[in-house]
Amino acid sequence: MAVLKFKDTGHTHSVQRTDKGGSVGIVKTRYCTFALPPDELVLESGEKLGPVTLAHETYGTLNTEKSNAILLLHALSGDAHAAGFHKGDDRPGWWDDMVGPGKAFDTEKYFIICSNVLGGCKGSTGPGSVNTKTGKPYGLDFPIITINDMVKAQKHLIEYLGIEKLLSVAGGSMGGMQALAWLTKYPHKVQSAMLIATAAKHSAQQIAFNEVGRQAIMADSLWQNGSYYGGRLPSKGLAVARMVGHITYMSDSSMFEKFGRQLKNEKQPFKFTADFEVEGYLHNRGDNFVKRFDANSYLYITKAMDYFDVSDGKPLYEVLRGIKAQILVIAFGSDWLYPAYQSQEIVRACKMAGINATYCEIASTYGHDAFLVEIEEESHLVKHFLKKVFNGYEATSEYEI
Amino acid sequence: MKQPVNMRYDAIRPDHRIISSLITAGSSVLDLGCGSGELLALLVQEKQVRAQGIEIDEQAIYACVARGLSVFHGDIDTGLADYADGSFDYVLLNQSLQQVKKIETVLNDALRVGKKVIIGFPNFAYVTARFQIFFRGRTPVTPSLPYEWYDTPNLHFLSISDFTQYCRKHRIVIEQSIFLGTEEEIRVLPNLLARTGIFLVAK
Repeated sequence: MAVLKFKDTGHTHSVQRTDKGGSVGIVKTRYCTFALPPDELVLESGEKLGPVTLAHETYGTLNTEKSNAILLLHALSGDAHAAGFHKGDDRPGWWDDMVGPGKAFDTEKYFIICSNVLGGCKGSTGPGSVNTKTGKPYGLDFPIITINDMVKAQKHLIEYLGIEKLLSVAGGSMGGMQALAWLTKYPHKVQSAMLIATAAKHSAQQIAFNEVGRQAIMADSLWQNGSYYGGRLPSKGLAVARMVGHITYMSDSSMFEKFGRQLKNEKQPFKFTADFEVEGYLHNRGDNFVKRFDANSYLYITKAMDYFDVSDGKPLYEVLRGIKAQILVIAFGSDWLYPAYQSQEIVRACKMAGINATYCEIASTYGHDAFLVEIEEESHLVKHFLKKVFNGYEATSEYEI
Repeated sequence: MKQPVNMRYDAIRPDHRIISSLITAGSSVLDLGCGSGELLALLVQEKQVRAQGIEIDEQAIYACVARGLSVFHGDIDTGLADYADGSFDYVLLNQSLQQVKKIETVLNDALRVGKKVIIGFPNFAYVTARFQIFFRGRTPVTPSLPYEWYDTPNLHFLSISDFTQYCRKHRIVIEQSIFLGTEEEIRVLPNLLARTGIFLVAK
């Protein structure tokens, strides 16, 4: 498959140091396009899709042996912008606390790659992209995509970047599912994997919450069977979907700590408005989300998550057997969306398959959001795990925490 | 067991030194209740073992990971069932057997998962403990059983004789047994004079 274009605009490293590690500075998203007709990407469904563009960012420098590359895999609403700042924007990337000089994913040691998933809406090909056959956005003509398809597209990007084998693939939530797909579909391409707050397959509860989100979008009259591009957007529906999502990302105790029963305005009469702080927060999150996310992408990506089953109905240990990669599994105590038992299922399969693995359940009150906020413990685990994978197995009697 | 005067060896716990001497280089080891990974790290260094730990304490997990060890966060009672028979050359239960809930299940699983099992435990019939019970009428607190009755993690209290009898009854073969006093090896009347018993057993 030929690569059409690869805008290598480069980015500057203006390293700022703090005791918690520095920032990668100003970064730019780049775009790699491949799978040009007639060499389209063959999807798991058998359908063909092309051309395919993947938006991606890289941080740090690929070493001459090309042995220090790590692929970060984002969750449902994430994007290629994992770290640093876009010019003129004061909000850092989604995993900025974990990526940078001196941080867990140390950009002075490793070459970090992050791309927006296939089906996404942040620069990669998705339902909002223009279908080259019709000249119009795909909408619901966009083929059904799977987690395996996302990973297949990422493999093209990795090969384009000249990387034969990744030092690690790492991600939380849906990112962990992609890491699992990398492990099982391309076991010889990954030296290790970090599976954080994730599952080998969705439970009925997880599918149920996603379905509520999808129904909210499709119930919005502006959704128009997905052909809303160029007109008014189904913002109400997408905002409700995001509100449901946010509830599932927090925990009872984190909501209590953040909002309690605090009212927004004590004097305001009861009018079915956002009276409580928590309501205001959810409205705000919903409203912000519609500015940056495409409703159809939400439908496609949540379906991809729901259909994902890394072992395809077979026992999990069967697909993990023979894998040489080292695995780090992390769960969080109060995460009820991706409960620890789902991580433990992966761990049990690792035991049965004889895989060298580490599992830690981090005590946290942040719920599923913990993988983005419990930085100290997560950094400790990631940093030392990467050190072991990168430098080879070497247990030491000296250690520092 | 006399070790040459050597600073490095002095820093190693006597029970760890003995367990290391029982293990064949290059083998695979599962340490149940591995704590902060001191013993496993020693075995990786001295015997180049393929090491895996299981540990319940979160902070201990961080210490293990910092040492470069592979470790599963979980309890011993449920930690063994998933392993295939003979998954490891050795399964270690050092100072952890007395803390598991279901001793028989754990021992059976350990003997199934490990080709050999090394068990180290504090001897409840140690002379000081006997003295404290008999003369003072108190629950013993000794260097190998350092806890007060109200804050002990130990669920089972066994003596060296209890364990050897258990092995006879359950047809567990004791291949080697080493008894430790304060620092030195005990060769006579171990059930009375040893603080710690270390057994290499197989089914």
